[in-house]
Amino acid sequence: MSTSKEIKFSNEALELVAKMISRYPEGKQKSALLPVLHLAQAEFDGWLSPEVMDYVAELLSIQPIEVYEVASFYSMFNLKPVGKCLLEVCRTSSCWLRGANEIVEHIEKKLGIKEGETTPDGMFTLKTVECLGSCGTAPMMMCGAQFHENLTFQKVDSILDQLKSEGKRKTYLDDVTVNHY
Amino acid sequence: MGKKLLLANDHIPGIQSYQVYRQHGGYASVEKALKTMKPEEVLEEVKKSGLRGRGGAGFPTGMKWSFLAKPEGVPRYLVCNADESEPGTFKDRYLMSRIPHILVEGMITSSYALGAHTSYIYIRGEYYYVAQILEKAISEAYANGWLGKNIQGSGYDLDLYVQVGGGAYICGEETALLESLEGKRGNPRIKPPFPAIAGLYGCPTVVNNVETISAVVPIVNGGGDAYAAIGVGKSTGTKLISASGHINKPGVYEIEMGITVEDFIYSDEYCGGIINGKKLKAVVAGGSSVPVLPADLIITTAAGEKRLMTYESLADGGFATGTMLGSGGFIVMDEDTSIVENLHTFARFYHHESCGQCSPCREGTGWMEKIIHKILDGHGTLEDVDLLWEIQKKIEGNTICPLGDAAAWPVASAIRHFRAEFEEYVKNSSQIKKIRHYDLINH
Amino acid sequence: MAKVTIDGRTIEVADGTTILQAARMIGPDVAPPTMCYYSKLKTSGGYCRTCLVEVSKGSEKDPRPMPKLVASCRTTVMDGMEVKNNTSEKVGDARKGVVEFLLLNHPLDCPVCDQAGECHLQDLSYEHGSAKTRTDFERRTFDKIDIGPYVQLHMNRCILCYRCVKTADQVTDGRVHGVINRGDHAEISTYIEKAIDNDFSGNVIDVCPVGALTDKTFRFKSRVWFTKPVNAHRNCEKCSGKVVLWYKGEDVLRVTGRKDQWGEVEEFICNTCRFEKKQTNDWTIEGPRQVSRHSVISANHYEVFKKPRELTINTIKPLESGEGNK
Ligand SMILES: Cc1cc2nc3c(=O)[nH]c(=O)nc-3n(C[C@H](O)[C@H](O)[C@H](O)COP(=O)(O)O)c2cc1C
Ligand code: SF4
Ligand code: FES
Ligand code: FES
Repeated sequence: MSTSKEIKFSNEALELVAKMISRYPEGKQKSALLPVLHLAQAEFDGWLSPEVMDYVAELLSIQPIEVYEVASFYSMFNLKPVGKCLLEVCRTSSCWLRGANEIVEHIEKKLGIKEGETTPDGMFTLKTVECLGSCGTAPMMMCGAQFHENLTFQKVDSILDQLKSEGKRKTYLDDVTVNHY
Repeated sequence: MGKKLLLANDHIPGIQSYQVYRQHGGYASVEKALKTMKPEEVLEEVKKSGLRGRGGAGFPTGMKWSFLAKPEGVPRYLVCNADESEPGTFKDRYLMSRIPHILVEGMITSSYALGAHTSYIYIRGEYYYVAQILEKAISEAYANGWLGKNIQGSGYDLDLYVQVGGGAYICGEETALLESLEGKRGNPRIKPPFPAIAGLYGCPTVVNNVETISAVVPIVNGGGDAYAAIGVGKSTGTKLISASGHINKPGVYEIEMGITVEDFIYSDEYCGGIINGKKLKAVVAGGSSVPVLPADLIITTAAGEKRLMTYESLADGGFATGTMLGSGGFIVMDEDTSIVENLHTFARFYHHESCGQCSPCREGTGWMEKIIHKILDGHGTLEDVDLLWEIQKKIEGNTICPLGDAAAWPVASAIRHFRAEFEEYVKNSSQIKKIRHYDLINH
Repeated sequence: MAKVTIDGRTIEVADGTTILQAARMIGPDVAPPTMCYYSKLKTSGGYCRTCLVEVSKGSEKDPRPMPKLVASCRTTVMDGMEVKNNTSEKVGDARKGVVEFLLLNHPLDCPVCDQAGECHLQDLSYEHGSAKTRTDFERRTFDKIDIGPYVQLHMNRCILCYRCVKTADQVTDGRVHGVINRGDHAEISTYIEKAIDNDFSGNVIDVCPVGALTDKTFRFKSRVWFTKPVNAHRNCEKCSGKVVLWYKGEDVLRVTGRKDQWGEVEEFICNTCRFEKKQTNDWTIEGPRQVSRHSVISANHYEVFKKPRELTINTIKPLESGEGNK
């Protein structure tokens, strides 16, 4: 993981930050903290290092602790490095009823890692999560912004193969464009 | 076929786009409200409709709106609660991703009624792709003069924005949501004051669920009385039900309030019966927080009447023999399901989602999860079952926000109705075979 | 003005007064215990739930009882309200539960804790807890961290009262410490062990009801009850300079603010007074301090845990309206 690179948003990202801030009344720029953290996570290797959080604090003119408090509260922010594809498998009631545990086991076996671990090549991290609002199409998992629903073992296999052959980092913001903002 | 108000045009190809939505009568409620009605008149229609909040609590929407403080020179806000994180609930995602413009339209009409000039849709972060669908719909609405300054020449101004969350169920609680929208930890506020007096940025604020706000569209179009004509008693209109679990046709259904639970589970129009021809064991009717009921009590009330899909009928019998409509997250379990294991997924959920501010919920949720886990592992004792009962009682009603209650009720109801199963785990754990779901996955 | 009756005793108080404040005005025997509320800190209270009371009559206008127990520290009185504290079985039950929850993950390391003897949690569990623990699960643990040269954080003991966070926010500027993580993983932290370097940061030690934030210049020097508190003052340009010196023999082991009968400091003091003035000749001695609340100290004895109940009426200013809320 390259953490040596300079911590600074691209111009496009900075434009997005400005738009995010403009959505809130004057002086309430802290409101943009969650969207900006999502953006930062997508820009800087899928996780939020203390340096990245300090940078966000500076952008929003708030104290660094205000960023740490928030980043550590919400489960979508990674405070440690993760693989390029974070597989978030739901295992709450409806998904459990339709075989979520078996899906987790299947992925564990296939990737040779346990829940919470990352494959040695840095490609996949497996995480179990709570209900993602896709209970009617259980079992399900998400990777980046995409929901993968009605999972079967075969379907999981082909998703993993596909992700691996693409080899790209998946982020929640993959489909976000400045234009819509 | 029941009447459909929100999903009436769901089957139309391209309804996600502005053009198609508009061609099928979209934005009529905005035209009608802005051009022919005063804000108070819109509020009056909502009151007449008998609409009750679809986020879970079922509070009358018209009444909530009328509580909104209107001090001079202070902005008011309408915030849409699209946090949808109650296990078993996925109707808002369905509605927003299929027909995003109905929410945008509802936000405009409702904001007008409330006198808000800036409104927000707070959507859970995991729905990032849905947020993009909304962003697109909103930019289309701006481009066509439904948002921004002087909407359709009416002199009314409104800006509408989407805000994404960061992954926290508690942000569905309205004051936690407002904290989160202010860029803070999602810690519920201590009430009073209620948001109607001091909400977002300390200004008067109304928070409503996605479905509630969308229902304002047909209410304004067809009139509050017509809406109230659907349903039974104080459960008026239609309701989106998220059906999941061991049923043949999981999905989102718009029902007329008042159909029977039995019909909902077994008829082909809705869930289509239990999968693999199995028998029904239990139902969680309104999202993970509401009491689980065994098959006999969900089909008929303790008084022997057919239970209906209404706020009142589902609550009939109180917690002793009844449950709640809640958010409409309808989770069905077949005869092979382990209630204790299912409960463990709920307990883990609440433990994971407690914000940690108040001691009964912070400590109690984790404690309950550990005890249930111990029982599942075969190391539990009968005292553990009693202890579990006591812990949930000590949490219920003693916390800052209702998450404490929500964590307590599933535990209480599971023990109340399925105590024998807990005892089975204690006495004969080696005999209990773990249900595997391979057949469900590879059907 | 509003007339309120608590455990059968009636008092008239200014509008906007909380139930807790009214109860304290009546006297310590009706005042609910508090672990998170702190009258000198805005928006404090509401978290620990030890101060829950039963409102058996809402007000003269609306006499219905309140459906749930309410946090007395965050609920304002209404005219004609009737409240049950010690006389309510429900309250006793709930409070017992709260104590059990607070102790669930508490290390119970009182024998080695600097706060022992002046710990509110010890007092609370003695008065309201049940004798036996009903958990055999491993307790949650955190590493000790230093917050700067003077303050040590022993997170295992923390009950998340938020007092230190509010102190850091309201008494000092440029906050560096706060609450990170969620639920039962939540912890007080600076995240990246930053020093709190601010003239008033030491006050987080005084507001901590347990032994989570302690004075590093005092740690393990002595058990509290072997030290003798003496009121003293000095001319200080930063604070009032009114403190308590804690002596062992001839030595000043530590300096703290002066606490009132509710265990709250009367005035916040600066770090110079607290950490750097440990010679008797730095101070003008006023005389031995009357210790009332923490009888352990006054008795020099661990077994004697009963507190003298003196009935001084405390003059407590009600919060300005709306101040008690976020
Ligand atoms: C823990 C908790 C989670 C909640 N989650 C949601 C949610 O995801 N969506 C929602 O609309 N309401 C949720 N609510 C209810 C809201 O607090 C609030 O009552 C609702 O948004 C009001 O809208 P309504 O009147 O339109 O239902 C939740 C409440 C609690 C206590
Ligand atoms: S009940 Fe739970 S979620 Fe609600 S404020 Fe208390 S700790 Fe937070
Ligand atoms: S239970 Fe898995 S998406 Fe809801
Ligand atoms: S003192 Fe009132 S809740 Fe803690």
